Amino acid sequence: MIPAAFDYRRPESVDEAVAALAEAGEDAKVLAGGQSLLPMLRLRLAFPELLVDVGRIDEMRGVREEEDALVIGAMTTHHDVMADPLVRTHAGLLAAATETVADPAVRNRGTLGGSLAHADPAADLPAVVLALDGELVATGPRGRRTIPARDFFTDYLQSALNPDEVLVEVRIPKAGNWGFRYEKFHRAAQAWAAVGVAVLVRTDGGRIAEARIGLTNMGPTPVRAAAAEAALAGAEGPEDVARAAQAAAEGTRPSSDLWGSAEYREHMARVLTRRAVLAAAGPA
Amino acid sequence: MTAGPADRTHEREVGRARARKEDAHLVTGQTTWTDNISVPGMLHMAVLRSPMAHARIDRVDVPPALERPGVVAAFSGRDLADGLASMPCVWPVTEDIVMPDHPPVAVDEVRYAGDPVAVVIARDRYAAADALEAVDVDYTPLEPVLDLEAALAEGAPLVHADKGTNRCYVWPLTTGEDWDAVRARADVVVSRRFLQQRLIPNAMEPRAVVVMPIAASGEYTMYSATQIPHIVRVLMAMVTGIPEQKLRVIAPDVGGGFGSKLQVYGEEAVALAVARTLGRPVKWTESRSEGYLATHHGRGQIQDVQVAATRDGKLLGLKVDLLADMGAYLMLITPGTPLLGAFMYPAIYKMDAYAFTCTGVFTTRTPTDAYRGAGRPEATFAIERMMDELAAELGMDPLELRRRNWIRHDEFPYTSIAGLTYDSGDYEAATEKALALFGYEGMRAEQQERVRRGDPVRLGIGISTYTEMCGVAPSRVLRDLRYAAGGWETANVRMLPTGKVEVVTGTSPHGQGHVTCWSQIAADVLGVPFEDVEVVHGDTRAAPQGMDTYGSRSLVVGGTAVHEAAQKVVEKARRIAAHLLEAGEDDLDFAEGVFSVKGSPDARRTIQEIAFEAFSSHDLPDGMEPTIHADHVVDPDNFSYPHGTHLCAVDVDTETGHTRIRSYVCVDDVGRVVNPVIVEGQVHGGLAQGIGQALYEEAVYDADGNLTSGTMADYLVPSAVDLPEFTTERTETPATTNPLGVKGVGEAGTIASTPAVVNAIVDALRPLGVTDVPMPCTPERVWRAIRQARGEEDAAPTDRRPEGTVPTTGQAPAPSEEGLA
Repeated sequence: MIPAAFDYRRPESVDEAVAALAEAGEDAKVLAGGQSLLPMLRLRLAFPELLVDVGRIDEMRGVREEEDALVIGAMTTHHDVMADPLVRTHAGLLAAATETVADPAVRNRGTLGGSLAHADPAADLPAVVLALDGELVATGPRGRRTIPARDFFTDYLQSALNPDEVLVEVRIPKAGNWGFRYEKFHRAAQAWAAVGVAVLVRTDGGRIAEARIGLTNMGPTPVRAAAAEAALAGAEGPEDVARAAQAAAEGTRPSSDLWGSAEYREHMARVLTRRAVLAAAGPA
Repeated sequence: MTAGPADRTHEREVGRARARKEDAHLVTGQTTWTDNISVPGMLHMAVLRSPMAHARIDRVDVPPALERPGVVAAFSGRDLADGLASMPCVWPVTEDIVMPDHPPVAVDEVRYAGDPVAVVIARDRYAAADALEAVDVDYTPLEPVLDLEAALAEGAPLVHADKGTNRCYVWPLTTGEDWDAVRARADVVVSRRFLQQRLIPNAMEPRAVVVMPIAASGEYTMYSATQIPHIVRVLMAMVTGIPEQKLRVIAPDVGGGFGSKLQVYGEEAVALAVARTLGRPVKWTESRSEGYLATHHGRGQIQDVQVAATRDGKLLGLKVDLLADMGAYLMLITPGTPLLGAFMYPAIYKMDAYAFTCTGVFTTRTPTDAYRGAGRPEATFAIERMMDELAAELGMDPLELRRRNWIRHDEFPYTSIAGLTYDSGDYEAATEKALALFGYEGMRAEQQERVRRGDPVRLGIGISTYTEMCGVAPSRVLRDLRYAAGGWETANVRMLPTGKVEVVTGTSPHGQGHVTCWSQIAADVLGVPFEDVEVVHGDTRAAPQGMDTYGSRSLVVGGTAVHEAAQKVVEKARRIAAHLLEAGEDDLDFAEGVFSVKGSPDARRTIQEIAFEAFSSHDLPDGMEPTIHADHVVDPDNFSYPHGTHLCAVDVDTETGHTRIRSYVCVDDVGRVVNPVIVEGQVHGGLAQGIGQALYEEAVYDADGNLTSGTMADYLVPSAVDLPEFTTERTETPATTNPLGVKGVGEAGTIASTPAVVNAIVDALRPLGVTDVPMPCTPERVWRAIRQARGEEDAAPTDRRPEGTVPTTGQAPAPSEEGLA
């Protein structure tokens, strides 16, 4: 379909972008890679009066190290994220999950920050950044602030970002010595995940010392499988893992839709959690 | 003047893997899609559509739209009603069929979500789309009609209240012995209900139309993304009252159709009417999601099927009772589409009794009509699934059961119980070749090994030994089926003064490669280079007579016409050559484009030289009409019957329900092959579409009748990465019913593959007690089928999908509830 009319600005800096948003108020939207927003405009599910295209802001791109964290510019494309040596070394889970996002065309346009800010629980990267204990850095008229991933996703397509804030970077604690796995279950290569399970595991002497599990599409926001994480502490061997994985759907609120019923999703969360943990804890 | 090199050795073109002439311009973007056409003063149309499945229209207020920027005009259904007749259905399948009125834009009532309500005409497409929201419509909601069985019940809400029923027609076909008698003497009767879910065709190019009027002369040129420019012209003349000779229809580059453009659409009629009223060019192009609502859908049937057999596996009879979802209106061939399958249920098998009925049912959903295979995929699915179910009931290998019942190669020609005479075929040869490529015995051994070791990933093997009817169609058969038109096809072959060739065809390619194939056929007959042939098509002024492209007919009927017309050219040229060489026509040899006198090889004329002689006409035989151009119209005596054997191996993860096609082997017999690359492409695409129905695709509606799977993000079409490597091979048993020996290949892959895949999934799970998985076999449905077979959940429908195409009965009935008699 055809989008409703809107104004368009393409600032060259974060400050300009923030100023443009502040001026426009609630009726402005930030345009990143456009892979989610443009379809919504075309289906007339969104009617912003102004699009602020942050695609030309160089300071929002690229990956760098800052002590114990990786700092990834929000406008770094999926393709650049998954190919980045620092990401592959210190956040292998993010690289692996990003490789499963849609298709090459989408990965060359879509961005990490855009995906997170869109806050779609069916998207892969929100649950991954949640499992990685990432932090999201926003800039607005009142300056910069850092939002932990676990406080960022507030509801379906809703985040803690204020309308006048721009998500500028994502900080990921280095997790190079953790085992990881992203299990994505979808009906076709380009379809959304019916369920996704992002797992990080730290082992110690043949036992799981600590596990972190982010779930995709198991509720209105990405969620941590806290009960399964707790049950996995100290687990040794496949039987322990299978038992702990039974708790993977606890506290989730999956919907029933074209991709699966809530009951099936809960089943899949348990199966995929077991598979992902075993893969993550296995010989790396 | 030019002449072909006389000593050139001419390799036969038919059978060569020629690269397609069409592709260079397609892949470099030098195309003329209808939406690329832009002319000065052109206006753009947008269509306001019903947001409800069923409602009375109390008021349509279009003037507010006129206040919007750029808007030139706006029309309600009532505004347009005077100038437009009801949209046509050309296949009234029974004498007493219920044929409701079908205004191109709804007047009093909307009957599906997407039914047009008003149109806005503006200076650009954006302005037209923006102004739709200014049209004010008051609706009174009416009850939707979604369930085929409930729709037929006493007191059901009616789609067309004035007709007093939702039953469109009942069409029976009974042949051979009495079904009840056969059933009574059978050892085994197996009954199943299959659901053919509604599918949404996905041509790469959406529908589009551009109308250019010449007000002073009352002439109209209409560009349309259609498969059928000739049929559109006839019917648009009838609907709009524009005299046929004043209407030219052009199908420019058309990006696929799969049957969805075998249609005469209301939007085409409205674009003509608006152009007539305003005297200005008008364009309309649908969006993809608009097309999902308003381009016709395919399939949509409930099939109740019974087979009767002896204990040693001899088929005795087949009974088929269909409920076919017409949707809200009868479009071009809506009622006849399921009946194209009526003759194909008995397929390649011999039996004593066949009893078929089809009941057409109106619902408040998008109308259905032809979609790749049109009736034949449904039939093939049912019979091939039943052969597997019967084999399981008998404890017999499904292949062995087929062998015991199929028509042997030495029995052709064979008249099937449905009354079709299959001219040729060799099911044994195709099957043997497929089994060897597939490694059937090894697969069976691995399957058993996995069961033995309790592998949670089971292996299933699916078989489909299909045939189909192509080459539509003998006109007299169409008469007997009450179809309004004929099934002939035309060609005109012209040798130009420079020795080059134009072939004018009545077929209307939209991706098939007719330009390449017709060039190959003509080059062989005329003995001219492939490159010297051009093919003209898809313009009612340049190719004035044709029946267009659908039903795997173009090569069989249209290609034959090209062959015969080219032969006529050679015979006319022979007359001139004999005159010039002062020899009798019978004394001339013709080979590789050269006429030569027998015994005097130096006395020769090339056909190109003759073409120039015909052009100058200085020295022709007395009384000869000065041309060697020739026309030919073919009306086939029979259909053609491709066949083949498809084998599919599927890994089924019993824990998640996920299925993965591990191996797919098909051996198709499409008769003689004109171009193996094109055949290969047709098979690959066909397989993808058939697998799409088996695993991915379904038009899903909610309980109110709104289309839930309304975008390509919600309606899954498999992409290349979702599909396996295909092993494709052929046997070649030439058709005996046309001089080329060809049978058609456009639909074979789609028809054959759906049952092969579902049979494989059920085969994998049969040891667990599963006897069916409804299509599309999503992971959740597979998972639930396993749970139900294990008694872990009720067999009642727990699949909480929204209201489906047809009312779901959840999983299949319990294994052969009739069982051993």
